[in-house]
Formats: sequence, structure tokens, C-alpha cells
Amino acid sequence: MQTVKMVVTGPFSAGKTQFIQSVSEIDVVATERKISSDEERSVKNATTVAMDFGRITVDEDLVLYLFGTPGQKRFDFMWEILSEGMLGFIVMVDSTRPETFREARSILETFRAYAPTPFVVAANKQDMEDAWEIEDVRNALRLDKSTKLLPCTATNRDTVKTVLLELLYSILHEMESGK
Amino acid sequence: MALRGNLRDFTITQLLNLINLASKTGTLVVDGASEQALISFREGKLAYARIGREDGSLAAVLHKANKINANQYRAIADRAGQMTDKELGLLLINAGYVSQDDILLNLQGYFTDVVRRLFTWVEGVFRFENDMLPPDDRINVRLDLENIIIEGSRQLRELEQLQDEIPSLDMALKFTDRPLTNVNLSVDEWKVVKFVDPKNTMRQIASTNKLTEIEVRRIVYGLLQAGLVELVRPLNAPTPPNPKMFPTQDKEEQKSLINKLIGRIRTM
Repeated sequence: MQTVKMVVTGPFSAGKTQFIQSVSEIDVVATERKISSDEERSVKNATTVAMDFGRITVDEDLVLYLFGTPGQKRFDFMWEILSEGMLGFIVMVDSTRPETFREARSILETFRAYAPTPFVVAANKQDMEDAWEIEDVRNALRLDKSTKLLPCTATNRDTVKTVLLELLYSILHEMESGK
Repeated sequence: MALRGNLRDFTITQLLNLINLASKTGTLVVDGASEQALISFREGKLAYARIGREDGSLAAVLHKANKINANQYRAIADRAGQMTDKELGLLLINAGYVSQDDILLNLQGYFTDVVRRLFTWVEGVFRFENDMLPPDDRINVRLDLENIIIEGSRQLRELEQLQDEIPSLDMALKFTDRPLTNVNLSVDEWKVVKFVDPKNTMRQIASTNKLTEIEVRRIVYGLLQAGLVELVRPLNAPTPPNPKMFPTQDKEEQKSLINKLIGRIRTM
């Protein structure tokens, strides 16, 4: 059995666990714990402390694993471990919470430093009324035009599939261009 | 219970606050990543500070503050080698070179600067030695800690924000397409800009220019915000081993594997 993996990262409450849940054929093996900080509890009740783990079986010889990283900064020691051997990574950002954009940018830089693998940025919660427009998110995250920034709704399987496909196209393109 | 621990659990600002509140007398010994600092207190007030092998003698402090010139500094080092700082201070006051205020203000400034530099230390261990008093041959000051603590807290917050923006100094910088014309840069900013090259890490730039971590982060942050530079992986950096990315090393098989994944996800 051959296995490959991708990593889904991003700030606290960006929607990483939901993203994986939308496409995983198994129930996501999540290591969620109750949140202790009042400020963070006002956003959601439980958060990932070690990793989320989803699976997509391609055929009997090949399986893709999706690993979600813990979003809270105090668990960032897990990031490097999870990034080992990844094909590429997805940075999730909550389009409705501009206060997390700076952290998303920082996480992006950190993962780029771990491994020079392709990545895409998913602007999540684009279905919400107060979501920032894609180009505004791009500017706020200081992403250049060549970086793929994709609208996404983590609860919507089709948009999640599009994000995964775009990452795979980037990986294929990089292999073909011999980078 | 001895006051000892790790800077990761207890910041310098928290330590100063504790020493201040308990009006402690003794010396805080901090072993950082590359050097040691000794900060002495009397009844909760800063009395003396020394960092690494830096020459913190009265002559060196006055020379750095341009109160004595290079020739005078050399002459003192040659002829007054055995003299204590207290004796030297009296000599300089009596000879009319400096006033007592000059000496105290410059020493206070120097000791405060040493403590200020400690605020950027995030790695290291500390211990408070009750029995270790400031050296007898050095001039002690009595400086309230409150202002230093407030400034330290401010710096710590800034450092945390800068670390969020620039997580690692092992990244390099490259110029964006935006031209550098009509940009007003300070001397320190120019020093950094001069070394912007994907071959140089920010750590190397800081070391070459003798800038502290917080100084180089502050400058790079400004350049990033202005869109003049961007962070890149250093050119000569070894690619981290990623042996298990693909279960096969054959390029064609790798492509086929990616195509299979694409096909699978499309049909989900």
C-alpha cells in the first residue's frame, strides 16, 4: 500500500477540521479538547491540539492522508513533525476574521521554511455575508499574483475538492517544469 | 526556595517585577544562548549590570559616551590598570574631566541598556544569588525598576508581534519589483538593504551589522510592509530531507500517482 499526505494548516478556527471532514471517507480522527481561554471560547468550544486525520482511498494501492494542524500557537511544535514528507499544503484562512490574517501569513511563511513544496491558500467562509472579498484577502495576506488563493466553504464538498485539485495541479506543474 | 528557572517560563520582565516587589538584594545570573549576564540589585533597585565579555568599566562607558576621548581612554587603560572604578571616578572628577553626575548618569544609561538587551533573550536559564553582591571595585547606582519593567513589557509585546510576522531569521530577503527610488531610509535600514540577497539570511545580516534580533526584525518588518522586500528561502540552504514525499523515486511513477489522485478527487 502506497501512502501520500497533504497538510491543512491555518490559524485557530479557520475551518481546517471541517475542510478535512468534507472529503474524508472516514470520520476524521480528531484530537479536539475544550478551549480554556475565554477569548477563544467565544469563537468555538473545542480545538485541535495534536492533529486531524482524514483519508481518501484512490485504489487498493494508493491512499491520500490529510493532516490538519492544531491552530493554537502553543501547539506549533507539532507543525514541523506534521510537515515532514508532505506533497504540499493548504493554508486555510477565515475570510470573516481579518484579525487572523496576520497569523495566517506567519503560518504560511513557517511552512514554506519547513519544506519548499507547493501550496495554495483557501479563503474559507466565503458564503458568509461579512466575508472579505478574495482580492482584499490577497492584499491583506500580501500574496503575489502567482499564489493560488481560492474561495472556499469548508462545509461544501465541491469547493473543498476544487482546493485539493488546484494543489495537485500545482504539484504536477512543478514536477513537469522540473523545479 | 531558590529563584531559578528557564526564560521560556519566566520572562526577564517578570523577574524584575519579582525582585522589585520583594526588594531583593543579590545578583541575577542569566545564561543566554551565547553569553552570560549578571545584574545586581540592592533592596530591589538596579545597582550594577554586566553582559558577556563586554568592557563595562567606567573608562569604557565614559569613552562610549564621548566623555573622554580615545587617547584618554588608552592612557587610563595603560596607566590606571590597577585602579578601581571608584578611584578612577574620583581622579577624573578632581581633574575636572567629568562631573559626578556625568559618571552616574552614564553608568545608569549603560546598566539600563544591558538590561534592555536582555529583554530580547528568549532562550536561557536564570538563577538569583542572594549572596552575590555587586563587585566592590565598581561604582554602583540605585535605579528604580518600574520604568525599566514598563519598557521591557512594551518591547516584549513588540517582539512577539514581530516574531509573528517574521517567524525565523534563517529566511533570506529579496527585492520586489518595486523600485527603491524616492524612499527615505535610515542608516540602519540602509545597512540591511545593502545585504538584501537570497544568499544572506536575516541572521547573517544582523550579525554583520551588529544588530540585535529585535532591531533586524523591526527593520525587515518595515521593509516588508513597504513592499520593498519579500521573504525567501536562502539560496544556499540545504533542502530539508523529505524522503517520504513519494513512495517511489521514479519521476514518471510520481506523476502517474498525482494523476491518479486528481482523477479520484474529480469523481468524488
